Formats: sequence, C-alpha cells, structure tokens
Amino acid sequence: MSFLSYFISGVSLGAVYAIIALGYTMVYGIARMLNFAHGDVIMVGSFVIFTVVSTFGLNPFIGIAAGVLACTLLGVTVERVAYRPLREATSLAVLITAIGVSYFLQNVALLIFGSNAHQFTSVVNLPNLVLAGGDLTISSTAIVTIISCIIIMIALTTFINKTKIGQAMLAVSEDRGAASLMGIDVNKTIAVTFAIGSALAAIAGALLCSAYPSLTPYTGSMPGIKAFTAAVFGGIGSIPGALIGGIVLGVIENLSKAYISSQLSDAIVFAVLIIVLLVRPTGILGRKINEKV
Amino acid sequence: MTKNKVRVQNAVTYGMVILFWIVIQVMDRTGHLTSLFKGLLVPLCMYAILAVSLNLTVGILGELSLGHAGFMCLGAFSGAFLTNCLETAVPSVGLRFFMALILGAVVAGIFGLLIGIPVLRLKGDYLAIVTLAFGEIIKNLINVLYVGRDVNGFHFSMKDTTSLGMDKETGVVLIKGAQGITGTPRAATFTIGILLLLLTLFIVLNLIHSRTGRAIMSIRDNRIAAESIGIHITKYKLMAFSISAALAGMAGVLYAHSLSTLKASSDNFGYNKSILILVFVVLGGLGNMRGSIIAAMLLTALPELLRGLNDYRMLIYAIVLIVMTIFNSSPKAIELRSVVMSRLRGGVKKEVA
Amino acid sequence: MADSKSVKMTDSAAKSGAAAGQAAVGEKTGAAAVQTAGAEKTGAVPTLEVKNLSISFGGLKAVDGFNVVIEKGQLYGLIGPNGAGKTTVFNLLTGVYKPDTGVILLDGKNITGKKTIEINQEGIARTFQNIRLFKDLSVLDNVKAGLHNHHKYSTLEGILRLPSFYKVEKEMNERAMELLSVFDLDKECDYKASNLPYGKQRKLEIARALATDPKLLLLDEPAAGMNPNETAELMETIRFVREKFDMTILLIEHDMKLVAGICERLTVLNFGQVLTQGETSEVLNDRRVITAYLGE
Repeated sequence: MSFLSYFISGVSLGAVYAIIALGYTMVYGIARMLNFAHGDVIMVGSFVIFTVVSTFGLNPFIGIAAGVLACTLLGVTVERVAYRPLREATSLAVLITAIGVSYFLQNVALLIFGSNAHQFTSVVNLPNLVLAGGDLTISSTAIVTIISCIIIMIALTTFINKTKIGQAMLAVSEDRGAASLMGIDVNKTIAVTFAIGSALAAIAGALLCSAYPSLTPYTGSMPGIKAFTAAVFGGIGSIPGALIGGIVLGVIENLSKAYISSQLSDAIVFAVLIIVLLVRPTGILGRKINEKV
Repeated sequence: MTKNKVRVQNAVTYGMVILFWIVIQVMDRTGHLTSLFKGLLVPLCMYAILAVSLNLTVGILGELSLGHAGFMCLGAFSGAFLTNCLETAVPSVGLRFFMALILGAVVAGIFGLLIGIPVLRLKGDYLAIVTLAFGEIIKNLINVLYVGRDVNGFHFSMKDTTSLGMDKETGVVLIKGAQGITGTPRAATFTIGILLLLLTLFIVLNLIHSRTGRAIMSIRDNRIAAESIGIHITKYKLMAFSISAALAGMAGVLYAHSLSTLKASSDNFGYNKSILILVFVVLGGLGNMRGSIIAAMLLTALPELLRGLNDYRMLIYAIVLIVMTIFNSSPKAIELRSVVMSRLRGGVKKEVA
Repeated sequence: MADSKSVKMTDSAAKSGAAAGQAAVGEKTGAAAVQTAGAEKTGAVPTLEVKNLSISFGGLKAVDGFNVVIEKGQLYGLIGPNGAGKTTVFNLLTGVYKPDTGVILLDGKNITGKKTIEINQEGIARTFQNIRLFKDLSVLDNVKAGLHNHHKYSTLEGILRLPSFYKVEKEMNERAMELLSVFDLDKECDYKASNLPYGKQRKLEIARALATDPKLLLLDEPAAGMNPNETAELMETIRFVREKFDMTILLIEHDMKLVAGICERLTVLNFGQVLTQGETSEVLNDRRVITAYLGE
C-alpha cells in the first residue's frame, strides 16, 4: 500500500512537471528558444497567489485568477522586451537573456518578499481520500493536481488543433519563414504562446506550492529545470511528450526518494534522462532530425 | 601575415593578464586594495580560467555544455583530497598543492573523456541538458560520499561516517558527505592564480592555432565537410571536451585551496555555476579568449563593487546582462553599431579572419 | 542512333582498353563484365569501378543497380533530371550512406561500406551541391584543414610549439598557398571563407578537396549558381586541374554547355537507374536522354 501511495504522489508531482514542461515545450517548438526564466514565472505566480490569499485573505480562486493574469502579462511583457529584439540572433544569445530575466525575477522577488520561506496556504480545501480501510490515503491536492493536468492537456490539444491561432502556432513551429509568407503574424503567435505557457505556469505554481508549501524566491528554479528535463525526456516540442516525460520523471523521483535515497533522487532522475537520450537522442516522442548532405 | 596578426593578438592577451597582475601588485604595495577586493582576486583568476576553458568547448568546438561546474567540482574534491591525504607524507604545502593541481586536472579530464564518449553524439540543446544532468549527478554523488582513513587503509561509504567502520583510534574522516572537506591549507594566492590563468591561455591559444585546433574548428563549422576531408570527428570532439574539462578541474583545485571548507553545495557547483560561466563566455564573445577573461573578471567584480547598493546589486547585474546581450546580439543593435562605426571610420573596413 | 545495345558497347572499357572486340564479346553479359574484361586485357585498373550499386530509403529505390567504370585521368559526367539520384550516388561513393548491394572498387581496391573518413584517406575527395566551407576559418586554413592527414604533428607538439610544429606548419603553408594560387585565390588567403564571392567559394571547395591528395575528385554541381562567364572560367579550371594534378574527375552537372564542353564520357541517371552511358556526344544525342529531361 505504501508503494501505491508513493506512486500516486509521484504521478501528482509528475503532473505538475508536465504542466510546467508544456510551457517549455511550446515555447521551444514555436520560438526555438530555451526559456530559462520559465521556472521563475512559476515562482512569481505563486507569490501573487500567496499575497492575494494569505495577505489579503481572499478566496483561493480569486488568487489563482490573479496569478494567471499576472503571469500572462509577465510572460508577454518579457517576450516583448527581452526576447523579441533577439528573434534573429543566435539561440545562445537568447539563452543568456533568458538567464538574465531569471536572475531579474528572482531578485525582484527577493527585494519584495525577502529570502525567508513563506508558508503557502493550499488552494485545495478538500478532505483527503481514504481508501482500503485507512491503509491508503490519497491527498486531495494530488487528486486535484492530476485532474487539472488532464483537463489542461485536453484543452490545449483541442485549442491547437481546432482554433485558428492554434493552427498558426503549428505552422510557425513547422517553418517560421513559410508561415509568415502565408500571412501569419509570427510575433503575435509567439506572444500568444508565451501567454499560454505563463498562464499554465501560474496554475503549476499554485499546485506545486499546495503540495510543497514552502515558498522562496528560488522555489521555481529546480522544478523549472526538472520540468525542462521532462520536456526533453518526452521529446521537446511535443505536447504528449511533455505529459509522458513529466509523469515518468515525477514517479521516478518519488519512488527513488522513498526507496533509495532522498539525497540521490535528483541524480537518479538525471541518470534516467541521460540513458533515455543516449538510446533515443531526441527523446521518447521527439522527431528524428536528419541532416541532408 | 595572418600568422603575425595571431601572434600580436595573443601577445596582447598575455600582456593584459600580466599587466593586471602588475597593477594589483602596485596597488597592494601602496595600500590601495580593500580587503574585500583582495578576497576577490583568486576567484577572479578562477572564473577567468573557467571561462577560457569553457570557451574551448562552446566557442571553438561549437557544442553547448552546461556541466562545466561538475568538472570543476571533480577537480576541487580530488585535489583537496590529495592535499589532505598527503599531509604527513609531504610536509611542503606548495608541493602538495602542485600535485593536487595535476591530479585535479587529470581526474576531471578523464571524466570529461568518459562522459564525452556517449554524450557528444547528441546535438545542440540535447547535449546541453545532458551535460547539465551530468554536472548535477557529480555534485549529488560527491554530496553523499564519505571517505575515511585508518591504519587499515581507506574506507568508503555513501551513507554516513559511522558506516565507514573505521578503527576508533586512528580513523580520520577525509570527506564528510554534505559537510565536504575541511582543513585544506589555503595555499591559493593571486600570483598562483595568474600563473594558472597564463598556463590555461598558453594551452588553449596554442591548441587553437595548431593542426588540432583547425580540425576542431572545421568540425564546428561543417561536420559533414570535415568528415569528407578525412578529419576524425569523435577524436577531436573528445580532445577539445576533455582538455576543457581538465582545465576546469584545475580551476576547481585552485578554488578548493582558497577555502577552509569545501562543500559540494548547489551554490558552489550547481548548474547555476555552469550557467554563470557560460554567461561570461557568451558575453566575452564565442571563441574570443581575451573577451572571456574580461567578461569573467568584470562580471565577477561587478556585484562585489556594487556592494554599496546592497540589495539592488544582483538586480542591476541581471539588467546589465539583458541589456548587454541585446546590445551585442540584436540584429538591429548590430546594424546601428555598424552604421555608427562606419561613420566614425569614414568607410567600411573589410572583415578579415 | 543509340539504342541500348550500342550504348553499352561504347562503354568506357571499350574506349580506354582499345579492345572493341572484347567489348563486342561481352555485349550480352552486361557492361560491368565487359569493363572488367577490358581492363584485365590491357593491364590498366580503372580508377573507379562500381558494380550494381543500390540503396533504398523507406522502400523507394533511390539508386538501383548503378554501374560505372572511370579510367585514370578521365573527366566523367553524371547527369540526369532532378531527383534522379545523382547526389545519392556521390553519398554512396563517399560512405555517407552504406549501399544495400553493390561493390565500389577504387584502383582495384574494394572500399565498399567504409566510413567517409577512411574513403577520403583511400583517395576520394568531393565538393558539395550546397557549398560546405569552414565559414569562420580563413581561406588558407580551409585548405590547411584539407592537408590534415598529410602533414602531421601531434597535439602536444602543437601546444608546446616544438620545432616539428614550425617545420610542418611551414610545409603546410607553402603547399596550401601553392594550391590557392592554382585557383587564383592566393591574394584572398586571409579572408574569412564566408566573405568570398560565390564563384570563389566553389573554387575554394575544390582546392580544399585537392589538398587531401585524392585519386578521384567528385564535383557536385560545380557550376550551380554561376553566370556564363564564371562557368566558362570554371571549365578552364577543371581542365587545368585534370592536367596539372593528373586527376580523375567525376562531376554532376546540369549545365549542358559545361558537360558537353569538358566531359569525355557520361552516365545518365533517371529514377535511380542508369538510362544510358557512353561518349558524351553520343549520349547527348540519345532520344531517351532528351525525353528524360524534357518529357514526352
């Protein structure tokens, strides 16, 4: 029974990774850039929710709405100010700017909230699910997280396949130049991608901090890296890949924490990533790149 | 003609480092150095070495590595371990430090080779994330490593000190998990740092301007063409990668001998450290070793020099980073700069390699 | 005039071996057999002999049963409509792809299935359809990279700047400048390769390939993107290279003026198969070749 409980909390952690990984994977697929600051957007979202809920004492739903709104604005602004001027520059230059943005967000949060950990109040106020006569307890946060992840995945896939802007996103990710020749506004499409990715980051932040309530300016950074790992693991650019990568990584992390060593769980997660990439150099669902001679 | 130009360029780079040393010496003698800045001197050299060595991988070989701090970590720990081990056998601290530098470079170089063999087949961002992963694994493993020594020899454990099972009387714990290595003599000085930086420059610059360097850069510019003229891709990729790792290991030994306690913490050897070094390389210019040194030194000194501004210093640092990158790399900024430059010069000069 | 039989008969062995009788005998057993027989007879091993070379990509036969014999010193053309598989043949010859079937003999030595690097060391060098220079290296260094396997010193000797470094580098510089002057690129030796004008980039690619001291030079559309003047100049250069280096050259080209002007023999590929091969003038007048290019 304890295995099942570790497994489920692993899936729940993985679901958070998957939601964050969506932000990485969409931005990578469409703007061909590694948005290193994505993890810090999660942190910003969490602090906004924290402020609304804990400081002003408002309803958690209002908190999440405020967080989503703030992150969406933040994502679009960052894209406009820091990334768009570098659209035609080398990917390395964009990576460095993203690192700059990451430092910036962390330090702004540090100035406002200080470096001490804040206790995040869970946005989920439901009773835990007790099964098998008390042998197996599944936290309500885990259930809500997993359900949210499923809803987000379905909604996003539908959005991309059914809407005009979603199709534009696909076109831009396939060939930016050709898409712009077909009359697609590439800048607008990329901005929308950042908006969606950042909004999802706020939700991920709420779920993450509900499960792990200690909130600091550096809260987003490690989950960010893990989620990026998940995105690469599943095949960067692929939405189902982000889901698979996130869940697998979350489960491996939780099980190795429980059964091997809590200090080595990160090492194990990264080792699995390396093995997968050595076998499948573009991730589980990644497309094979052939260089034409 | 090109050859002479290269010689002049290299001489300027060496000269700049030596001049920096002289200036610091003079300032020190005349009492113009604050203790804060004195404490910064060894890290300045260390970051310059790290940046130059990473530039070999990123700028010359053209592969993005985010695991440089991992190699530095390996060097730091193997070097500090040696220095502490030989405390009684080799009384001279200087000699032990020297041996530690060699060992640290060798260990990191070997790991560079071992990691490079599977990893260098990957491309671009995939290579980046895998090197990041390796760096984190190295850091995590050293964090749980316990090593002790007693009359019976060495004892290893991945759990705690008691499970080392050492003799009570003679047992000494050398590496203590997350608490790391303590008691390493602080033998690293600014002069040694500068000498190591000059050595690094000597190796890297001579390598670049040689047959090997040409082979490495040809792989960077066009792998398929390099193969078609008979250049062994894997061999030269591995060579560049492991030399880069070995030099990072050497920088790690320098670092280890500038602290009394060495911990494999995320602050010291995490991926953020690797990224920091990458920032130096990119801002200094890919393949530009002099630029790497300048960027590493300025950006290391900047937050410290801004200490007066206290809480705002890292914020300013972040803004400087963003603005500088946009200024350096944005097509519009480049165009604007070239227009201004050509006005100043009164004509466009042809670009020469 | 040329139906399929007469084309086979005029195949290269017949010409170079000067044994028309042999060719006639071998007519029924197919071109490859004829060529081998002819070569054996005269004792001259052809520089390149390819028999029954095939490769498929996902069920599509990109190259199917390709044969060719190129004698030493010959200037040989490989032509055919777009997508016929010409570059794939080059990629097979240089080990970029491994053939499903077939044998490649270079100077009589079997090099089938070897790696690109090994094949270059055996003596095949090439240029690319889309120019592949080392764009951030100087013009001189591009050629010196080509000399990599012929003028050696170790990495350590290079780092320590031992006397061997200076000696070999001097040799390399001299040899590279010699090659560059052949192509009239010596004045631009310090330029970044990417800063050369297009026509000169093509020339530099040929110089780099020649630096590896090949027995056989493969040129993939050397005149692509050139204007008539540049093409005429290129034809001169190719001829000159053949004379000066006693080189055997196989080239892919769409510019029929160039093909007719310098190639002695041609092989025509269509849908991955050899449509016809023989002397240039005969092949170019073949009705099927015209049809393949222009349609019915």
